[in-house]
Amino acid sequence: MGRVLVVAEHDGATLSSSTARCVTCARSLPGSAVTVVVCAADAGAVAAQAAQIEGVARVLKIENPANTHPLAAILAPQLAEACAGYAHVLGPSTTFGKDLMPRLAALLGAPQVSDIMAVESATRFRRPIYAGNVIVTVEVAGAETIVGTVRTASYAAAPNGGKATIETAAVSKGVPTHTRFVTVSAPKTDRPELQSARRVISGGRALGSAQGFEMLYRLADKLGAAVGASRAAVDAGYVPNEMQVGQTGKIIAPELYVAIGISGAIQHLTGIKDARTIVAINKDAEAPIFEVADIGLVGDLFEVVPQLEKLLA
Amino acid sequence: MRRILVGVKRVVDYNVRVRVKPDGSGVALDGVKMSINPFDEIALEEALRLKERGAADEIIVASIGPADAQQQLRTALAMGADRALLVQATAASEGSSDSLEPLALARIFLALVSREQPLMLILGKQAIDDDNSQTGPMLAALWDRPQATFASKIDIRGSVATVVREVDQGLETLEVELPAVFTTDLRLNEPRYVKLPDIMKAKKKPLETVTLESLGVAGEARVKAVRFEPPAQRQKGILVRDASELVAALRQRGLL
Repeated sequence: MGRVLVVAEHDGATLSSSTARCVTCARSLPGSAVTVVVCAADAGAVAAQAAQIEGVARVLKIENPANTHPLAAILAPQLAEACAGYAHVLGPSTTFGKDLMPRLAALLGAPQVSDIMAVESATRFRRPIYAGNVIVTVEVAGAETIVGTVRTASYAAAPNGGKATIETAAVSKGVPTHTRFVTVSAPKTDRPELQSARRVISGGRALGSAQGFEMLYRLADKLGAAVGASRAAVDAGYVPNEMQVGQTGKIIAPELYVAIGISGAIQHLTGIKDARTIVAINKDAEAPIFEVADIGLVGDLFEVVPQLEKLLA
Repeated sequence: MRRILVGVKRVVDYNVRVRVKPDGSGVALDGVKMSINPFDEIALEEALRLKERGAADEIIVASIGPADAQQQLRTALAMGADRALLVQATAASEGSSDSLEPLALARIFLALVSREQPLMLILGKQAIDDDNSQTGPMLAALWDRPQATFASKIDIRGSVATVVREVDQGLETLEVELPAVFTTDLRLNEPRYVKLPDIMKAKKKPLETVTLESLGVAGEARVKAVRFEPPAQRQKGILVRDASELVAALRQRGLL
């Protein structure tokens, strides 16, 4: 029976939905027993949430005051000690997982498969390359442990309903002091989180300014949607980096994605291709976004968006 | 000597739309325009700016790949790097099934680190061909040094770097002791254009070819690509004329 370890992502109090998505991926491995590991200063609350995920057999806590912030250089050696003997070690393909998992893989001497979108067997996986233009199937040979990052947009979150045992892992290794957390600017918002939102409204450079995005925020609040952006809009300084959707930003899979004033560069499209329904509003009828849109509207967004706002009032 | 080592990967140009070979054995790369991985270009630009600000003395660019990667190294020299190293290895791209895995690349970089003793190693956060995003953190682990991935701002004071990182939550600031590994995000800087006289000058700069044997590293390839295919296409959509038709279409699909 294959043993699978999932590295939990959390903010110290709440487990990220990316973890339950990784559990779904972990359970698609043949005959897997899933353990979730939580690194934190005080892992109690997060471990309790992880224990409720259906399909999780065991939750391991690794507690250390140095684990208050998820720094790869500090977490990786502790995880490497605690996760010996697992056939697979998975983490989300978020900035948390992309930072941590390769560092962990190197300490384990294990190969990593990035952005797993489908499991074909214990050693065979499908993943996107070339910004999603190509899907490659890879076979891993001669590895005791395979490390993977999970393309969270490809997996639904495993539901609650489990009752896993919670244990504390003893870690003897000291942690390095060469890497120090200073601060994180996390803007407060009442809107849903981009990566787990059911509805997302995104804007592009055509919005013209940060003020232009105000219109999208109002529309998003009417729909209970998260707000995203194209790289061009982020580069132009209209919105902060954490709103970027695409190859080098966030990969999302909402039920409804509304692209407003976004032309649809391939690097953006790869971030939304798992959206159930894509709506495009753009004044350029030739924009590539219309090739993937389920519903397209050729028109001036500065007229269409206020009309939508009124119609949804 | 305060050195910065920059990794430069030869990849299919950003603007090329790649195609899978009809037999699914790889990606059609014949006659396709090749360039420096855009994130590596940003890495080099940052190294050059650090040198211009007096925080470094020498910039070395290194590429692991086929002999043709000399073209990208020459471009890097024209941008302003002082010398170049080519580690000759089987094409390190996902276009072929025998690519070196990122852990092998990290081991090669580690061998270069012990040879060159750099203060900083700057790499792109990912290559736009295989999108693996692994080599930087793997190298930092093997080297047992700090990593600052997805950097959008790097400040050096003495032996400490303060780095702003683009993370999913927003912007995170870290302090790392040098030497350290950095990986670049898009908004770290805008790379300079290469001028013609610099291209001429770059021809005289040293470009050394190194073999895996001389570095004492074995190429490892435990992750083999077995099949390539195009992504599933979405079904053709409909066009609506105005906002009210759009709302009606969304209602009809149960999305509102």
